[in-house]
Amino acid sequence: MAKAKVYVTFKDGVLEPQGKTVNAALLKMGYKNIKDVRIGKFIEIEIENGDKKKIKKEIDEICDRLLANPNIEKYDFEIE
Amino acid sequence: MGKKIKFGVVVFPGSNCDADCLWAVRDILNQDAEFIWHESKNIKKYDCLIFPGGFSYGDYLRSGAIARFSKVMESINEFANKKNKFIIGICNGFQILLEAGLLPGTMLHNKNLKFICEYVNVIVENNETPFTNKCEKGQVLKIPVAHGEGNYFCDERTLNTLIATEKIAFRYCDINGNITDEANINGSVYNIAGIMNTKENILGMMPHPERAMIKDLGSEDGKLIWESLINYIKKS
Repeated sequence: MAKAKVYVTFKDGVLEPQGKTVNAALLKMGYKNIKDVRIGKFIEIEIENGDKKKIKKEIDEICDRLLANPNIEKYDFEIE
Repeated sequence: MGKKIKFGVVVFPGSNCDADCLWAVRDILNQDAEFIWHESKNIKKYDCLIFPGGFSYGDYLRSGAIARFSKVMESINEFANKKNKFIIGICNGFQILLEAGLLPGTMLHNKNLKFICEYVNVIVENNETPFTNKCEKGQVLKIPVAHGEGNYFCDERTLNTLIATEKIAFRYCDINGNITDEANINGSVYNIAGIMNTKENILGMMPHPERAMIKDLGSEDGKLIWESLINYIKKS
């Protein structure tokens, strides 16, 4: 079984209020060095073993079509 | 009087304004209306599809992201490209239309991170459309919103096109029609509350016109939007 680990994050400049709130909380907790927090998604997908190239292509397509919204998000993934 | 307009209210798992939409057009405005389950492909017979508010598929991943791949959506482009066919997406319905690419842009979380459930004022930017012809230009409508992700976002180029081609239907404003930052409840770009596609047969809006149908319940301004569409279809 192959496993894809997908990371979906907001593009730079897109407002990400959850991260802002966590950032404010961390500062309140005394972590004065925190500069910015951005929260995204981490998705694990299990796939039948097969041709690595084909799996890569398919995961890329899945990210583009469903997992990320290219208007506001970017994605990255690795396959184990 | 004459012929009744046929509305279809598309129901997804997690839709929760479907019954209100049906009630608004069928019981208050005396038109034909029925529910369409999201697995149905038979949408040809309707004049207007309504994508109601709610939390389709629990808003998992992103609002509207999963609903946009349902069976009913497979023939949606064909439907939208036909003459005299209309689509209204309200709240989660608007989010679905955005995810499907039927309207440009994306919804972000509200700027204040809160779920906002209250009456808002929106100004009619363009009253020469199928959805607003019964309104005055610049008329302020009082219609409730109920959403956590209604912060409309698009790139500058898209915004400029929307403005130049007058595809912005409604903008958040104060009670006197002033478009202010304070009235921009969720942080939307350009105070946008509702937009249309190029052909002006698809409207997406965050406020719920189906919840503003009776004066004694707070407002009947929502009626103007449905009545505009009924008026437009009957005339064409």
